[in-house]
Amino acid sequence: MTYFQELAEALPRIMNGVWVTLGLTLGGAALAMIIAVTLGLMARQPNTLIRGIARAIIEFFRGTSLVVQLLWLYFILPGLGINLNVIFVGVMALGLNYGAYSAEVVRGSINSVQSGQWEASTALSMSRVHRMRRIIFPQAWALMIPSLTNLLIHMLKGSAVVSFITIYDLTFRVDQLRLDTGTWFAYGLVGLGSYFIIAYILTLIMNMLEVRAKHRLGRGESLREMLSLKPARPSAETGVLP
Amino acid sequence: MTEFEWNWATVWDVLPTLLGAFFQVTLVVTVVSTAIAAVLGLIIAMLRRSVPKPVDAVIKFAVDFIRMTPIVVQLLLVYYTFTNLSAMVCGIIVFGIHYSTYMAEVYRAGIDSVPAGQWEATTALSMSKGRTWRAVVIPQALRATVPALGNYAISMFKDTPFLIIIGLVELVNAGRIYGANTFNYTEPLTLVGIIFLAASYPTALLVGRLEKRLAFSY
Repeated sequence: MTYFQELAEALPRIMNGVWVTLGLTLGGAALAMIIAVTLGLMARQPNTLIRGIARAIIEFFRGTSLVVQLLWLYFILPGLGINLNVIFVGVMALGLNYGAYSAEVVRGSINSVQSGQWEASTALSMSRVHRMRRIIFPQAWALMIPSLTNLLIHMLKGSAVVSFITIYDLTFRVDQLRLDTGTWFAYGLVGLGSYFIIAYILTLIMNMLEVRAKHRLGRGESLREMLSLKPARPSAETGVLP
Repeated sequence: MTEFEWNWATVWDVLPTLLGAFFQVTLVVTVVSTAIAAVLGLIIAMLRRSVPKPVDAVIKFAVDFIRMTPIVVQLLLVYYTFTNLSAMVCGIIVFGIHYSTYMAEVYRAGIDSVPAGQWEATTALSMSKGRTWRAVVIPQALRATVPALGNYAISMFKDTPFLIIIGLVELVNAGRIYGANTFNYTEPLTLVGIIFLAASYPTALLVGRLEKRLAFSY
């Protein structure tokens, strides 16, 4: 059997691995985002107790390694009487670890929204929740997307280690081919290439999110304008093409 | 079903093994790989400024490819392709190369921050290319990159457990093996976490302070 025939035969299994890896990454990202916003908002409260708790959680999950957290959840949670699906253990470890990193991004971005915006919304006597939801967070969101994109790619790469706790992800599927065949180098490159393509697509999606977030703040063109083939609008002030 | 119990006897039993793995493997890999990444990153950054555009595009693609693919798969690829390499040497090489792609970006930003006038002045003084880099550009570019190097060393340190995938007995794997042999994972894995925290948190604080100092004295 030639190499390409072997590869074609293995393709369904590899695709299966791709879906598991994507599921882990997106599930981890969703969990990380919830944790990040919660901890990020807690970490900038004036109350020392709330801030202290958030800081402790953030530093704990940032300071101990992803693999340590993964193995801890995998080996020790059952001892506590908690039996989770192994995929869920993977999502939890990824979400907790990268959630702590993202919390710092959320906190930093909220802090760097211009003080005038805070003052203006106070002057309009908006409630704190209203101010955060409608004024501050949308602006902070545009600021935090580039860093979150980096973290998302890190999470995708980090997810490769879950094959160690018997999750059949992309890395596991590709590594299986090493055991079945002798042409490991080529399969290794196929594995790397697949991850690269996934990372590239995720980056493109995040870039689109950034364009959209900026457009909603009145900066830059909308996504539809960017993707359309029509010539760009002349800018309002000068009447010249940008 | 085991109960969650904390046994101090186990702690004293496993601690020497863990510390041994930490100092002999984890720390060695981190330090040597950081050194490789620091040097290789600088070479990549300088190369990218010196070669013609098409060659630069090729280098950029290679760098992006290494940076956007998992270190775990890279480890597997190198380990099972070059079977004569030990897991530790393989780990040092892969970590060094992987992180050099991050370092290259840091150096590039540093080099770009050197004002154009400096380059023009060296041309005006008809300095050789080597002397321009060595005596003018690098000393100015490198200063701002020191904290970033520290941050990447810390993040590499936290990535070393990925070496578990090629069977290297570093800190985490040592804890896992102890757990597998005694059916008791609680103490070893918790201690592993504490050792990680104890090593990385103070270092991160230190790097943060360094960052502030270097930034202010500009």
